Amino acid sequence: MLRLNNVEVVYDRTILVLRGVSLDVPTGRIVALLGSNGAGKSTTLKTISGILAPERGEVTAGTVELDGVRIDHREPADIVKHGVAQVMEGRRTFQLLTTEENLIAGAHTRRDKARIEQDKDLVYEYFPRLAERRGVKGGYLSGGEQQMLAIGRGLMSSPRILLLDEPSLGLAPMLVEEIFEIVQRLNRDQGMTVLLVEQNAAMALTIAQHGYIMENGRIVLDEDAEVLRNNEDIKEFYLGLSEAGGRRSYRDVKHYRRRKRWLS
Amino acid sequence: MEFLFDLTANGLLVGLMYSLVALGFVLIYKATSVINFAQGDLLMFAGYAAAVMTGGHGMPLWAMVLVLCAGMVVLGFVLERGILRPMVGQPVVSVIMVTIGLSFVLQGLVTIIWGASTRELALPVRFEPYIVGPVYISPINLVAAVIAILFLIGFGVFFTRSRLGVAMRAVADDQQASMVVGIKVPRVFALSWAIAGLAAAAGGIIWGNQIGVDTFLALVGLKVFPVVILGGLDSIGGAIIGGLLMGVIESLAAGYLDPLVGGGTKDFIPYVLMILVLFIRPYGFFGHETIERV
Ligand SMILES: Nc1ncnc2c1ncn2[C@@H]1O[C@H](COP(=O)(O)OP(=O)(O)O)[C@@H](O)[C@H]1O
Ligand SMILES: [Mg+2]
Repeated sequence: MLRLNNVEVVYDRTILVLRGVSLDVPTGRIVALLGSNGAGKSTTLKTISGILAPERGEVTAGTVELDGVRIDHREPADIVKHGVAQVMEGRRTFQLLTTEENLIAGAHTRRDKARIEQDKDLVYEYFPRLAERRGVKGGYLSGGEQQMLAIGRGLMSSPRILLLDEPSLGLAPMLVEEIFEIVQRLNRDQGMTVLLVEQNAAMALTIAQHGYIMENGRIVLDEDAEVLRNNEDIKEFYLGLSEAGGRRSYRDVKHYRRRKRWLS
Repeated sequence: MEFLFDLTANGLLVGLMYSLVALGFVLIYKATSVINFAQGDLLMFAGYAAAVMTGGHGMPLWAMVLVLCAGMVVLGFVLERGILRPMVGQPVVSVIMVTIGLSFVLQGLVTIIWGASTRELALPVRFEPYIVGPVYISPINLVAAVIAILFLIGFGVFFTRSRLGVAMRAVADDQQASMVVGIKVPRVFALSWAIAGLAAAAGGIIWGNQIGVDTFLALVGLKVFPVVILGGLDSIGGAIIGGLLMGVIESLAAGYLDPLVGGGTKDFIPYVLMILVLFIRPYGFFGHETIERV
């Protein structure tokens, strides 16, 4: 189980971006972290994998635990070894490395050669397209293939938990479906725990069992995926099922409803 | 025609050595974005150390090479750890100033320790040229080329086959993404300085032998700039081709132009070329290999 407890993150020593975030990702589950642009979703994932430093971010309060062990304030390499793999927003595959080399880089923290080979085969099994393109440089893959490679590279560290940051970004719906299906299979067959960050809430809630909704660096809603899928306000705002556009937040939706009731 | 062959062949041989030294420079730039103005001074330092070790009491050549290579690797690590790591995150200009400072410190240091007079660095290489058909090949150029080729092949294998080599290329590609897969980025920075030290060791021995060892040896390092500008600051393949080109151009200039104007052209033609290249292709002929597709 991954547990964030009241985590606060500050950028540049001045900008408070996470304002006490607490969330749980139970082992073997897919949990969705949803929210609009700028809510703090990526910051949450970077906090978990310990890569805030190059962006001059810092955890100023709270704890991050994986299976009871604190992993905040550790080196990123340590956190990877402990079983956390992040697939960053925008894919970030190594452009000048081949598909195969990207996967090798993904296994950097490991020394068990035989098992690494097995895992590489497993990745190629889950993503047959990558197998076809194993000698091609990352930069020459299509967007969908790069997303697959980014996930495959994450799997190569043999993680306990996979953090996915907007895997659907900029991809055609067909591809998104394909990738989500594979994530679901990883979860079902390998028991992979997944924390899935998405703006595409509708898609994320079809494979997640639980969902958190984040706004302005706070968790504002924490429900079963089933409940979120049927929640009218969520539907209206995040699932794009309402005809009215231009609202900025889940709270606004509520507020707006209240006002509407009051007016009528 | 034979003269042309001659000049080109020897130019290519010399050029391989430029490739090697440029590679050290490019590695540091690619991995750490630091423009290392002290590459030539590292080479000079290695030349001094080599001359001191073999001169006088006379350490055997193989022992000198071993000690020098190990020593330069250690020096690379120490420099990165001691003066460059504290500069991480500082403005590019400050970092450049640090390497320029390092350059003068190294020059001062060798004169204080070993004196300013020119030392000889003898190598057991014969002087009379080999004659291959129409071409006269200078033995020391041949030795330099063989050493450079061995190093380049070694680096090639390292970068494509080893876990650490792949990691170094990954860091050059995307630092944050490298951190996310668990690569220790500072370690890679240190490694790139160590490799630059190794390249400097090879260059120091060869050029030290050819032009003698004193602080002027550091000027050889300045040739790295036209080489990498030609090839592209961030391209390893470019460094190799740039080095070869530079060797040939110098050789041709020395052969054809020097007799006309009374000498010295080979020392500035590379820079004229560098300026021209900067006008036409500021990122070099092989640089900026970013693949545009997302
Ligand atoms: N490196 C940074 N320095 C300063 N502010 C940042 C930095 N990265 C993100 N932010 C700010 O933090 C907030 C949350 O960003 P982010 O976590 O990327 O949100 P999300 O992934 O939900 O879109 C935004 O307001 C963003 O502008
Ligand atoms: Mg984001």
